[in-house]
Amino acid sequence: MRPIGEIGAMDMYPFQFHGHDLQALASGGLYWGTQRLLVVSDLHLGKSERIARRGGSLLPPFEVLETLSRLTDLVDALDPLEVICLGDSFDDLAAVEALEEPDFAEIKRLAAGRIWTWIEGNHDAGPLSVPGSHLAERRLQNLTFRHIAQPGAVAEVSGHYHPKQRVAVGRARPCFLLDGNRIILPAFGTYTGGLQACDKVFDPLFATDARAVLTGARAIVYPRQLPSKARNPA
Amino acid sequence: MQLGSICSFAKGNKALLPPAFAAWFAARGWQAHPHQLELLAADDAALLLIAPTGGGKTLAGFLPTLVDLAAAPHDGLHTLYISPLKALATDIARNLARPVTELALDIRIEDRTGDTRASTRRRQRVDPPHILLTTPESLALLLSYPEAPRIFAGLKRIVVDEIHALAESKRGDQLMLGLSRLATLAPKVQRIGLSATVQDPAALAGFLAGPTPCRVLMAPPGPSPDVRFLATQAPPPWAGGGGRWAATEILQQVKAARTTLIFVNTRALAELFYQAIWAENTENLPIALHHGSLSREARNRVECAMAEGSLRAIVCTGSLDLGIDWGDVDLVIQIGAPKNVKRLVQRIGRASHRYNTPSRALLVPANRFEVLECQAALEAVAAHDLDGTPRGPGPLDVLCQHILLCACAGPVNANALFAEVRTAGPYGRLSRAAFDDCLEFAATGGYALRAYDRWQRLVETGGHWQLRDPRSSRALRMNIGTIVNVETLKVRLRGRGIGGGGGHLGEVEESFAAQLSPGDTFLMGGEVVCFEALRDMAVLVSRRATRKPRIAVFSGSKFSTSTLLNRRVQAIIADRSAWKSLPGHTAHWLHQQSEISQLPRPGRLLAESFARNNQEFLCIYAFAGRAAHQTLGLLVTKQMEAAGLEPLGFVANDYALLIWGLQPVDDVAALLEIDGLRDGLERWLGDNAVMKRSFRNIATIAGLIERNIIGQRKSGKQATFSSDILYDTLHKYDPDHLLLRITRDQAMQGLVAFERIEAVLSEIGGDIDHIRAPHVTPLAAPLLLEYGKVPIRGAGAERLVVDVAARLMAEAGLE
Repeated sequence: MRPIGEIGAMDMYPFQFHGHDLQALASGGLYWGTQRLLVVSDLHLGKSERIARRGGSLLPPFEVLETLSRLTDLVDALDPLEVICLGDSFDDLAAVEALEEPDFAEIKRLAAGRIWTWIEGNHDAGPLSVPGSHLAERRLQNLTFRHIAQPGAVAEVSGHYHPKQRVAVGRARPCFLLDGNRIILPAFGTYTGGLQACDKVFDPLFATDARAVLTGARAIVYPRQLPSKARNPA
Repeated sequence: MQLGSICSFAKGNKALLPPAFAAWFAARGWQAHPHQLELLAADDAALLLIAPTGGGKTLAGFLPTLVDLAAAPHDGLHTLYISPLKALATDIARNLARPVTELALDIRIEDRTGDTRASTRRRQRVDPPHILLTTPESLALLLSYPEAPRIFAGLKRIVVDEIHALAESKRGDQLMLGLSRLATLAPKVQRIGLSATVQDPAALAGFLAGPTPCRVLMAPPGPSPDVRFLATQAPPPWAGGGGRWAATEILQQVKAARTTLIFVNTRALAELFYQAIWAENTENLPIALHHGSLSREARNRVECAMAEGSLRAIVCTGSLDLGIDWGDVDLVIQIGAPKNVKRLVQRIGRASHRYNTPSRALLVPANRFEVLECQAALEAVAAHDLDGTPRGPGPLDVLCQHILLCACAGPVNANALFAEVRTAGPYGRLSRAAFDDCLEFAATGGYALRAYDRWQRLVETGGHWQLRDPRSSRALRMNIGTIVNVETLKVRLRGRGIGGGGGHLGEVEESFAAQLSPGDTFLMGGEVVCFEALRDMAVLVSRRATRKPRIAVFSGSKFSTSTLLNRRVQAIIADRSAWKSLPGHTAHWLHQQSEISQLPRPGRLLAESFARNNQEFLCIYAFAGRAAHQTLGLLVTKQMEAAGLEPLGFVANDYALLIWGLQPVDDVAALLEIDGLRDGLERWLGDNAVMKRSFRNIATIAGLIERNIIGQRKSGKQATFSSDILYDTLHKYDPDHLLLRITRDQAMQGLVAFERIEAVLSEIGGDIDHIRAPHVTPLAAPLLLEYGKVPIRGAGAERLVVDVAARLMAEAGLE
């Protein structure tokens, strides 16, 4: 296990999950120190390209650059042996083909020398022409990594929902949601919105004592905001 | 427009009126105003008529059309009438029907607004009426169809009503671009502008006509209005924004008058006041409520009841500022300070729409500060002193939208379009470079990082730009308009059936809805409703008549007090001899201020510090208007953040700025050092909430962000993301992008008002009186209750987030 100090200035929330020490990073990644495993979810690379291609708005074409540069910072800082992208890594399959050469090269550089897994998401179902293996789900020891959480599953790590939660001061921030059974990661992609943590969608997935780890400058843990009267005053 | 309003005893030139019209007028004992006849005789290409409310200017606008159409049949569209209000278009359609029927004229008149049925709108494109009554947005939409040249080919007249109001917003800029298009499609068209009294008629004429010479016709101003304070038993409260404190006295006035319009400055306050007046209304006088958050059906009901004369009073907001003539209104009550003399004059004019009767109006200041502003406004009205702000050049976000919509109608030649756009008043000095930037933005997004062939909305072939994908015209049309609303959610009564939605009550802002917990109560349409759930992007509520409401904070429009009023307010405060014309309580309040702290003095700046609820407050009385104070707040809190003073937020009103944080401020002068502020301005323009909000509006108008269309939002929030992200991305990777430049420019003009800060600071020349007060001071108190608090997401806020999180985790028993 790499000592925490080597993560550098990165703020994180450490917690135990099915016998493992995990860290919810303020940047939105999940780190498993003993495995030197980094998990990120919902990169949605190529989102602006897909919208432009379909005749929609011409959004600033910098989101692949921005998302990859944040991912690069993370990978360079942690130097993980393995990286799992939990699905919806690309906004659609055509977006993979539309990757600009420097972006493609950057992904290649990141994946070189480590196990790189692209979990299949609903946006990017199908084989990908980028380096790394492409799986429906990945098991590592007793943990399962998949795109969409399955009700009833235990020791599961997933993405898909882009959870976010409002804080005491200001607007909602992307967050991890976690309880004894599962972890749902925030979206890592730059052009991503979110689903409020208090949304009823999460009710069947989490126990009432679930917590939310807000991302941003620091990783801040809150109780998960509940949909009904139990809502906290934040 | 009520035809009765043209009744006048002025001697007019009857000869101009065709016999049938003259006879019809005579049968009613009516006679046209001279300016109405002068307009009838005019054959100018452009003409601006300035007449006071009740001066019959709308009929003046239509009379030439009716006479022309009576004289010779016309095939297709003859006259296009544009007003800023849908209600006005509908009302005029109703009122014109009468002379048309009675004179047996073969004229088809229809309105076309956002409320017109889709089938009717489709039919109008194929078979337009003789007179089409519409709004700037609906005109822009009509012009975006390929059949626009055919629809407008025979157009002879354009009448722009309430042009003084349109000229104050981007809606007017969009309309003038539309008119430039129309002038190309129908080169002989005559444009007429109808305006209330304005401070600078020549500027408005230039706005309407661009390079075309434009005559200004001035109708006589009419008698001076009878405006005064409402006499009350109790003084207005120390703070607050509504007129509930005077509900009893206001109801007495309603009883004594035939019909009263009660203007309230925001929607939330209108709700609260409506409830308050009904609590007093034991006789059940028919008093209604009208504001922009209510459902269309609810507003229609009120408008119809008013037109039928079955109401004694309407509590309303700016939604009834303009337009519809209700001849029976004989009293206007303005609750809250008017903020702007022009608007006050206009509202006063709603009372007694008869030309030669003075309008009667009462002012009800909402708090003691507003007493000062009301007094200042009374003096300004008496002195015919109108406030005016010179217009800046036409905004480029509106031009971007115009270019895209032109491309929807058909291929666009860049040179021809540039020449055409320059004929629009606001764009007369547009540079070719700026135009090309807009075209580039419309075509490719205009990013520094190019080379993507997918980033192509418009493609050029043979000098003509057209949509790469014609299907994108649908999305572009959905995005029409320059009014960007804050995101709102529908409020529905929970139905009895399972998950059923009951009646639609109105709308609240999303940020307001997000604060609601089940069981919370708020006011909507005059009733107390209880929040039940948020479902399918609607706020489900139940009726809860017995509970006390939580204050509805969905905001209405917020005006800035004009420079003119601010100057006058300052003068009143400074001059103790002027206090005798103030109500006693207000003079006493100023006196108390002078005891507890001190009075703001001309040529000096007053700052006060005090502690409250474990936070440190700093109040700065700059009297520079809300916008300038907003800017000052942003800049000063930046300085404070850098100095480790942990500011948490600020709020501005028109007279002062209040900042709170975790540390006391000792050296105010250092914070207000002009060079520091100017430096801060540059850096600050990059990253703050107000700029991001402004960017959101600009990006929406320019077509970068698509408006949330009802029905599409159900796809889930994951799919949409905040415009702040776009702003941050652009700011980081493409800081010179057109939309960021527009955001900066517009911020400097409107939002920032930095010139006013500079003016104030240079005036005081460093003479700052910093008072450490034992508690909140009389003058600072209103700010504590002011809406629109701007949070500072700095070290202080982060510390609080962490503290609150720790407390909640402990409460929840989670480690």
